[in-house]
Amino acid sequence: MIAEIGQFVLILAFVLAIVQATFPLWGAARGDAGLMALADRTAIGQAAALIIAFAALTHGFVTSDFSLTIVFQNSHSLKPMLYKVSGVWGNHEGSMLLWVLVLALFSAAVALFGSNLPPTLRARVLAVQAMVGGAFLAFIIFTSNPFDRLVPAPPDGNGLNPLLQDPGLAFHPPLLYLGYVGFSMAFSFAVAALIEGKVDAAWARWVRPWTLAAWAFLTAGIALGSWWAYYELGWGGWWFWDPVENASFIPWLFGTALLHSAIVVEKRDALKSWTILLAIITFSMSLLGTFLVRSGVLTSVHAFATDPERGIFILAILAVTVGGALTLFAWRALSMQGGGLFAPVSREGALVANNMLLTVAAGTVLLGTLYPLIIEALSGGTQRVSVGPPFFNATFGPIMVPLVILVALGPLLAWKRGDLRAAAHKLVPAAIAAVVAIIATFLLVPGGPVLAPFAMGLAAWLAGGATAEWAGRIKLFSAPLAESRRRLAGLPRSASGMTLAHLGLAIMIVGITGSSAWRAELITTLEPGQSAEGAGYTITLTDVTRDRGPNYNFERGTILVTDDGREVATLIAERRFFPVANQTTTEAAIHTTWLADLYGVIGERGRTPETANAWTVRFFVNPLVPWIWLGAMVMVLGGFLSLTDRRHRVGAPRRARSAAPQPAPAPAE
Amino acid sequence: MRRLVVIIPVAVFAALVGVMVSLLTDSERNDNLSRIPSALIDKPAPGFALPQVDPSVPGGFATEDLKGQVSVINVFASWCVPCLAEHPNITRIAEAGIPVYGINHRDAPEAATEWLRRHGNPYTAVGADADARVSLEWGVTGVPETFIVNADGIIVYKHVGPVTEDALENRILPKLREAERG
Repeated sequence: MIAEIGQFVLILAFVLAIVQATFPLWGAARGDAGLMALADRTAIGQAAALIIAFAALTHGFVTSDFSLTIVFQNSHSLKPMLYKVSGVWGNHEGSMLLWVLVLALFSAAVALFGSNLPPTLRARVLAVQAMVGGAFLAFIIFTSNPFDRLVPAPPDGNGLNPLLQDPGLAFHPPLLYLGYVGFSMAFSFAVAALIEGKVDAAWARWVRPWTLAAWAFLTAGIALGSWWAYYELGWGGWWFWDPVENASFIPWLFGTALLHSAIVVEKRDALKSWTILLAIITFSMSLLGTFLVRSGVLTSVHAFATDPERGIFILAILAVTVGGALTLFAWRALSMQGGGLFAPVSREGALVANNMLLTVAAGTVLLGTLYPLIIEALSGGTQRVSVGPPFFNATFGPIMVPLVILVALGPLLAWKRGDLRAAAHKLVPAAIAAVVAIIATFLLVPGGPVLAPFAMGLAAWLAGGATAEWAGRIKLFSAPLAESRRRLAGLPRSASGMTLAHLGLAIMIVGITGSSAWRAELITTLEPGQSAEGAGYTITLTDVTRDRGPNYNFERGTILVTDDGREVATLIAERRFFPVANQTTTEAAIHTTWLADLYGVIGERGRTPETANAWTVRFFVNPLVPWIWLGAMVMVLGGFLSLTDRRHRVGAPRRARSAAPQPAPAPAE
Repeated sequence: MRRLVVIIPVAVFAALVGVMVSLLTDSERNDNLSRIPSALIDKPAPGFALPQVDPSVPGGFATEDLKGQVSVINVFASWCVPCLAEHPNITRIAEAGIPVYGINHRDAPEAATEWLRRHGNPYTAVGADADARVSLEWGVTGVPETFIVNADGIIVYKHVGPVTEDALENRILPKLREAERG
């Protein structure tokens, strides 16, 4: 019964989306306020309908209603509650439902809080949102219905893919979707602006917080996914340049560019058509990511729901939305030329350079991801190539170096015309920090690639530059402390947010450098009681025990790590077998000191009689690797701190002024 | 010139969509993606010995029992709905005179006995694989699955999912005839 309610409201949401996508657009063209206002009501109605639909599906999973096909396929009565709930989006149908739910919630937010937007712009933004949402609702209803029934209902389900039964991964998809779908706001605003034929500072003020929020969620989502890959896949790596990882990273790179170019539109009324194009491309890449993962065009370890039929449908959605938006762009973009002239050396100039580098980087990753597909299509399937980490490492890294050098410099330049000499003067401490870091790394850490100390220097340069800029703004050390404190209170939170985000990047570079330059590994076969030496330590497999978990059996290996006879850590790694799914997962044991991770995995037991009592043991020393996720966290914090800036809450100053004279809250009527 | 520049994005995108369409509509490629390869085809059946499910059910069988004539191995369970759906077709194979061995996958003995009593027992012998150890050896990824083993004890065919009418007529029976000819 509850599932039927879900089915009904899902169709209702689709009908509302059709209304929302058409009448308000017509109303905006005719100047009919009544038709435009329809957009607000349908947006809120659609969000409410999808909340109910999502709740109905969640109910199905929580109560283990195996008469629902996807519950049967993805859940099991013995599964822990957390994974019953995360199972809702741990499958194709449910994750698409989450996708449209998030989209509808964003639309409803515009309808509820967008009272200060020009009515025609609001109506058009909501109409564009509804076109995207409606297309995906049709996709769900016609090809991926989450409420399909199974008759007769089986007594128990197939269980969720054990690899996905992990707290980190339970929250990875919702965060990614908040990011992907968040960029739909930038897209809808861009298309609405193209229809209106007008882009101004007010438009950019609206687009920026949405982009910032989407960016922060996407950063958190990608970081969480990479962390999961690190501790769950058991190879000590945290990024594999896997097509599905790239599919989330490409929108992130474009989104980062958009974040910065929107600042130029807001402050200087320049780069308008470029920003519009970036907004379209960023969301297109999110859609492309969805398409690549869902269609089976790319074969990847991550592609957990592949179906060519669905692929055609998503491709059609992609072709119409993105093709339509880009055609509109080709038609209208030239009428959007803004004023705002600037010298090459200026804040704008630095942001343009930032955009160029980020776009080239994103384009490189996109090319590397799609190249095998393009070759396969052009050769008629006779030629297959694969593009692996060597390509990405060789191309992506060199693009990042000038970018990171500029990140320290850009914020020190003034708008319109910057003073390079003054900026360079402020960067002297950063340059000293960089040189110290290079020399210290060179002297203290033997071995590793020649470039590694320079990468550490780059991180120090960035951290020094970001700190110097922030300290300069509050006149830290150059004025009395009280003066600095007063200035800090007056400093916009978006400025501190930017500093934090840039510092996060510096921390992340330290982690990436450390873990790729000085990583050591030892892969061996040990019987309980045996030891092996390597990676700078002695490891001993003290014992292996077997036991039973809630829905799996496991072998638990205890690995003692010693250094010159002194005990460093005891790693307890597990190898779990999930009978329902007939699948094995590894649970790596990680001992972290923040300077390095000691990472142990117990692998398969030997198959021949001589090795029947021996296990494969993998042991990695990953220097500085926790800094990667620490850096990502700092970046996300910076994003959210910036979001709390009152200037990002459009209309907030006005509201604050009108609220100020009221001494007490007015009693309710 | 500038008019051309703004057209570039949509042109590049159109080319990209063309590539995707050609990949998605390549049916041979899709066929390859959906077929589950089995490493066990043309390999000897794994070594195993399964105990009887219940004294009332003929059974307990081992690798050696599969040698000397073409046989069918069917992995089933009483809790598995598709197994019930394919049961008439499994019975038809047995009625054609081919010995069918049942691997009773992760099942309670009482439930399996009751299921066979109610729906008929076409199996020459049924072995209890309560912990799915033997199923694992056979590379079983879910129930039901059906294998054809030739007279030399070599696995010649694997069918994933229920044996439908269509699968029986067009794949399994021809494969059985082929195996019997040697």
